[in-house]
Amino acid sequence: MSADASRTDNSRTHVRSRTVCLPERNIDTDRIIPARFLTTTTREGLGKHAFNDWRYREDGSPDPAFALNAPEAQGAQILVAGRNFGCGSSREHAPWALLDFGLRAVISAEIADIFRSNALKNGLLPVVLDAAVVDELLASPGLELEIDIAASAVTLPDGRRFAFPIDAFARTCLLEGVDQLGYLLKQTPHIQRYEETAHAR
Amino acid sequence: MTSAPPFDSSPAPRTLFDKLWDAHVVVPETAEAPAVLYIDLHLIHEVTSPQAFAELAARGLKVRRPDRTKGTLDHSTPTTRPDANGALSYYTADAKTQVDTLRANCAREGVELFDFGSDYRGIVHVIGPELGLTLPGSTIVCGDSHTATHGAFGALAFGIGTSEVGHVLATQCLLQRKPKTMAIEIEGELGPGVTAKDLILHVIGAIGVDGGTGHVIEYRGSTVRALSMEERMTVCNMSIEAGARAGLIAPDDTTFAWLADTPRAPKGAAWKAAVAQWRELRSDDGARFDRTVTIDARRIAPTVTWGTHPGQTTAIDAQVPSANDADAQRALDYMRFVGGKSLLGQPVDVVFVGSCTNGRLSDLRQVAEVLLDRRVHPRVRMLVVPGSVRVQREAEAEGIDRIVQAAGAEWREPGCSMCIAMNGDLVAPGQLAVSTSNRNFEGRQGRDARTVLASPYTAAACAVAGCVVDPRDVLQENAA
Ligand code: SF4
Repeated sequence: MSADASRTDNSRTHVRSRTVCLPERNIDTDRIIPARFLTTTTREGLGKHAFNDWRYREDGSPDPAFALNAPEAQGAQILVAGRNFGCGSSREHAPWALLDFGLRAVISAEIADIFRSNALKNGLLPVVLDAAVVDELLASPGLELEIDIAASAVTLPDGRRFAFPIDAFARTCLLEGVDQLGYLLKQTPHIQRYEETAHAR
Repeated sequence: MTSAPPFDSSPAPRTLFDKLWDAHVVVPETAEAPAVLYIDLHLIHEVTSPQAFAELAARGLKVRRPDRTKGTLDHSTPTTRPDANGALSYYTADAKTQVDTLRANCAREGVELFDFGSDYRGIVHVIGPELGLTLPGSTIVCGDSHTATHGAFGALAFGIGTSEVGHVLATQCLLQRKPKTMAIEIEGELGPGVTAKDLILHVIGAIGVDGGTGHVIEYRGSTVRALSMEERMTVCNMSIEAGARAGLIAPDDTTFAWLADTPRAPKGAAWKAAVAQWRELRSDDGARFDRTVTIDARRIAPTVTWGTHPGQTTAIDAQVPSANDADAQRALDYMRFVGGKSLLGQPVDVVFVGSCTNGRLSDLRQVAEVLLDRRVHPRVRMLVVPGSVRVQREAEAEGIDRIVQAAGAEWREPGCSMCIAMNGDLVAPGQLAVSTSNRNFEGRQGRDARTVLASPYTAAACAVAGCVVDPRDVLQENAA
């Protein structure tokens, strides 16, 4: 792909799916993808280790008590989680693992800064809703939701719609598949000017 | 490397953060697009950089400023000594591949790498400051959330993801929305045996693990001014554990004295000019913070965590709070602790001293102060891991390695080690570790490992006792 291309094939307008729920608060990136799986040099194939130590028992068999292992959770693309999801390390392996696992959106009352930024760069949609709405979603896993990215709103099966905040630039990137590195490269003249003036001594 | 850009002194009162931000804006932010922010120093390590270099290669791009990029090996590297042939025993073949990949990437792009054999190798957040790469007034990023450490020098420093590592490699810039500001005002003297680690654990306990989300924290007040640079680094390091993007402390004479002898800081006339400029780097009187929190340092006791995130803290001599919700109960169950009871007397299996939080010389001196003429309890495995080759050498010159080993603890080669437990330095399932690192998440130090975060004093005292103890007792014994 050429350096000035600014569109990728990652554009996305809606996520429609059942939910799967992890009500715990402060689910950190070490739980999303334990550090021992970070000795990789590629982005691919991390889905099998998503939530590894929660999802598998010590003998490697799936733990039936873990929500994402339930038969009705299979294929769900929307994760609803307790507040402060994604806290901890800056590892982009966390959204890579969740996407590879099949998730497309995470809904929580609060999402940690670096995780949110990493998620958006990979097309995993971070959706922050009021705690009361999130609590309601957590109370009934498996609800069919529609997330409309252009309208920045989540629609529940009963028709209620809840808007969520999303940075205008991030939304454009998601909707149009804008390649952020391509966008930055287009700023090169400004960068050059900055380097010549601010750093000249 | 040239130093950071000059700072204009416009009349409207600005915070330290505002000054740092304004000086690095290449393109201002608008409603439609984030700011383009210039990065003065980009630190890279083996774990979060390979995919970024691959992205550049796939697009036919080169590193824009190899001179502003520095690499080190720390996360997946062994802390055992090389064998007789000089070979290192990597935990997995993947770990070695990761190291070899960074070597190849740095060699191809002309990026300086502090490899094995370099006097400058160490944990990325330990070496930046000790080399004088970390300078007041600069912007510093790394694919690592504890980049906040460098804020102790009045630098705007924060962790980024691997896609952003690619952005900085290719453009030396990042797309950023301006965060909010938060002042943490800390007043009063810390008590005997109470360290910077206790202070920051107390702060995180007070504001919560998400208390700083969306904010850059500036630590202020008489307590902060009295801290040494190493202590300031310990405080700023854990800003991310409160959810903040960055932590900041205004530079002062303590900062300049610490940097003066570092190998890469400006010298001669350039040094004088830089210091004159750095003196402007403080929040103006009347500058507005989005949020202010006040902490009384005199009330802080040696502080430890009882749960599975760094906000679940308690004074060491107090009772662990009773669980008031499912999350706290889950944390207590994982830790096998009981609410309403103190942690004192809990048997300890492993003690880890090290990491970018507490792996510097002053930390190791505190450990030696406790271990001198004492033995590590037979039940306990204790690892002492210097944060860098320089820390290791200086500690060895003072005989700290001999004190550690005479006490029955292991003296290791520099690296992240048990802080992230991806190099084979692991806590076994179910074991209780008292650790000077920064994260007590479930499984952080190994599957089902239980972690209590503590200061070097507390960690060393627990190693000797074989159980959780108040370090003030052993320090009092020393004083007597
Ligand atoms: S010591 Fe721990 S926190 Fe610091 S850089 Fe290494 S792994 Fe990260």
